[in-house]
Amino acid sequence: MSRDYRSTALTFASFAFVLCAWEFAGRLPVSNAFPSLSATAVAGWEMIRDGRLPTALGITIVPMLIGVTISAIAGVLLGLATGLNRKVEWVGIPLFLVLQAAPLAAIIPMLVLAYGVGLAAKVAVVCIMAVPVIVLNSYKAVQHTPPSLLQMSHAFLGSRLQTIFKVILPAASPVIFAGLRLGTAAGFVGAILAELLISPTGIGDLITYHQSIAEYPQMYAAIVSVIILSALFLEFLDRLEVALFRPERRTA
Amino acid sequence: MTVVNATMAAGTAAVSVRGVSMIYPGPVQALQDIDLDFPAGQLTSLLGPSGCGKTTLLKIIAGLLEPAAGTVTVSGKTVKGPGPERAFVFQDFALLPWATVMRNVAFGLELRGVPTSEREAVAEKYIGDVGLRGFEQKYPHELSGGMRQRVGLARALAVKADVLLMDEPFSAVDEQTRRKFQEDLLQLVSVEKRTFIFVTHSIEEAVYLSARIVLLSPRPGKVWKIIEPKMPRELSPDQIRREPGYLDTVESIWQNLKDYVE
Repeated sequence: MSRDYRSTALTFASFAFVLCAWEFAGRLPVSNAFPSLSATAVAGWEMIRDGRLPTALGITIVPMLIGVTISAIAGVLLGLATGLNRKVEWVGIPLFLVLQAAPLAAIIPMLVLAYGVGLAAKVAVVCIMAVPVIVLNSYKAVQHTPPSLLQMSHAFLGSRLQTIFKVILPAASPVIFAGLRLGTAAGFVGAILAELLISPTGIGDLITYHQSIAEYPQMYAAIVSVIILSALFLEFLDRLEVALFRPERRTA
Repeated sequence: MTVVNATMAAGTAAVSVRGVSMIYPGPVQALQDIDLDFPAGQLTSLLGPSGCGKTTLLKIIAGLLEPAAGTVTVSGKTVKGPGPERAFVFQDFALLPWATVMRNVAFGLELRGVPTSEREAVAEKYIGDVGLRGFEQKYPHELSGGMRQRVGLARALAVKADVLLMDEPFSAVDEQTRRKFQEDLLQLVSVEKRTFIFVTHSIEEAVYLSARIVLLSPRPGKVWKIIEPKMPRELSPDQIRREPGYLDTVESIWQNLKDYVE
């Protein structure tokens, strides 16, 4: 109880410290291109009121959500397949290790050639950023199921399917969801990269536009709005995991 | 205390092991030509120093490991894998951390497709029998080590197997808890009338709990001696632990095993 109270207090303190430092640095100022927190907040509020920010977020969120959804489903399934089957593991894992190491932003021009400058190319960028980490985490999660739980399921006559659904998946869920969080964050980076590099739409357009006319508070407000969106989505994933797989953490 | 033969007349043994050998990659000969019978309705301990293959033998009987040679028969049927007539209690408990005590105890029945209300009624009974009433909705991380192993034991009892295979069940439990647990287990053995095969490296534990003790010698694991401790079981646990028959058996096993301990 008191520990919860303290951890909340410390979390608030850390946010307060960063925000104060931002305000201070903005007022110094460290650079003309670095607005203070208050200026950014005012700009953000105006952009919300005149509807530009919600509209932009509404555009950006489309490739984000489509890409992240496809990546989550495909990534987890591929990860499970590689973790559960030796042959799929040999075929798949080296490929994803290379993909994870590759600086994927470099192949964005190639994607433009293949998919044009529309939604398809942006979704592809999100997927390419998100899938490798989701696959590799799901794979590792399955591989690290405690051997004694597998033996227990075998000893109590669990079928292969029962073992997968009642033992391996719940045991793997924390690491799978850690991969989903990392993959989602990478996918969001991909969505913004795509808007900056492929064709300026949504938040990417706001950032590019306000930067070009030196309206830095507006530019920062756009950036902050994506950070908040991403943080909220990660929090949602956390809750989804507890609701689906980890009842013991509901009370803890 | 008496020393007896490894094999018995047909019909009295619940579990028979014939010519079982096990070789691990290396190659390491873990078990060599084991012939053993386990009498029905009693607790038999497999005792020996580490490396004697006692857990390997238990897992072969469970059908979790396949022997390099030899056969195991349980109630006349040859073992080809795990079966409904055997249940296993794991050294590290092997509980599902995301499941309540109730679901963990009922898990064996859940895997067999027993309907929820039915399996929970069975689990309820065994949760009570192992002394965990009131903890049905707790999660393993909320329990002590001793209580977790009680859950493991209740899960094994709940599937109504004739043979219970226990792999050093008390080794991860502290000494005080272990003594209480041993007393409760003796009580269960006399009430449940099932066959218990119990792996341990504790001489005192084996002598206190067992109707017979199989001593295994290490590298390669062989049956070396079988001992039936004789002591008045009607005494209280504390009296038994001071009883000359108990103390002599412990001492003689120790004298025998000493040579194998570096």
